[in-house]
Amino acid sequence: MTFNRREALAVAAGALAFAVTGARIAWAAAEDTKKALMDFTGGAEPQTGRITLDAPEIAENGNTVPVSVSVESPMTAEDYVESVTILAEGNPSPAVATFHFTAMSGEAAASTRMRLAKTQNVIAVAKMSDGSVFMDTKEVKVTIGGCGG
Amino acid sequence: MAKVKPRVKLPKKAEKGEIVTIKTLISHPMESGQRKDKSGNVIPRQIINSFKCEFNGKPVFACDMDPAISANPYLEFTAKVEESGTFAFTWVDDDGSVYTTEEKITVE
Repeated sequence: MTFNRREALAVAAGALAFAVTGARIAWAAAEDTKKALMDFTGGAEPQTGRITLDAPEIAENGNTVPVSVSVESPMTAEDYVESVTILAEGNPSPAVATFHFTAMSGEAAASTRMRLAKTQNVIAVAKMSDGSVFMDTKEVKVTIGGCGG
Repeated sequence: MAKVKPRVKLPKKAEKGEIVTIKTLISHPMESGQRKDKSGNVIPRQIINSFKCEFNGKPVFACDMDPAISANPYLEFTAKVEESGTFAFTWVDDDGSVYTTEEKITVE
């Protein structure tokens, strides 16, 4: 496959744009969010998968945004999800809620409603009983913010 | 403050080993501490900061809540029931108040 000069430039520009957006998403996490994440994981590197964060793509009212998380786990006394925390990067304080599960929970799934100040990434992190950490992120567009006033 | 009223919804009956969904709602303003009143003073934070659910005295589910939880906090979670018994629900307010309610379930 050969490119002429014009095509090569277009491909390069596309690649650059992709790299920039990717990096922006990766680094958008404010210092507070990173700190909150570190406090929760204890330094373990979060992996992807097993955890699903469900929130609307567009939230008209930032005062009540439904959010639910579920984690794949057998939920037995030996192997279960210890806790799941939800963080909102763009809020004045990133912590939203932390759920603590036990083997008696049956499933590691919970829902609640949260406030979002502006359009931002919402992060859910699950900590398993064996110490491994899983993470999922979702961007929620907020029409009217839910803080201050 | 307006009266805080906890509400819980769960099935009355379940089969042994069934996973039931429990929905809870409690009326509470969840004042975030971010808002200002008309004269520009910050309204102090007052939220429900934790919730827990126990079944026959054993922990099932708990939640730490932060100011980013909406007013009238709603929580939905699951529990696996192996025997008849009582679910006890406890909410703790920033001012130290504790709100509780109980709900029975029968396993057939």
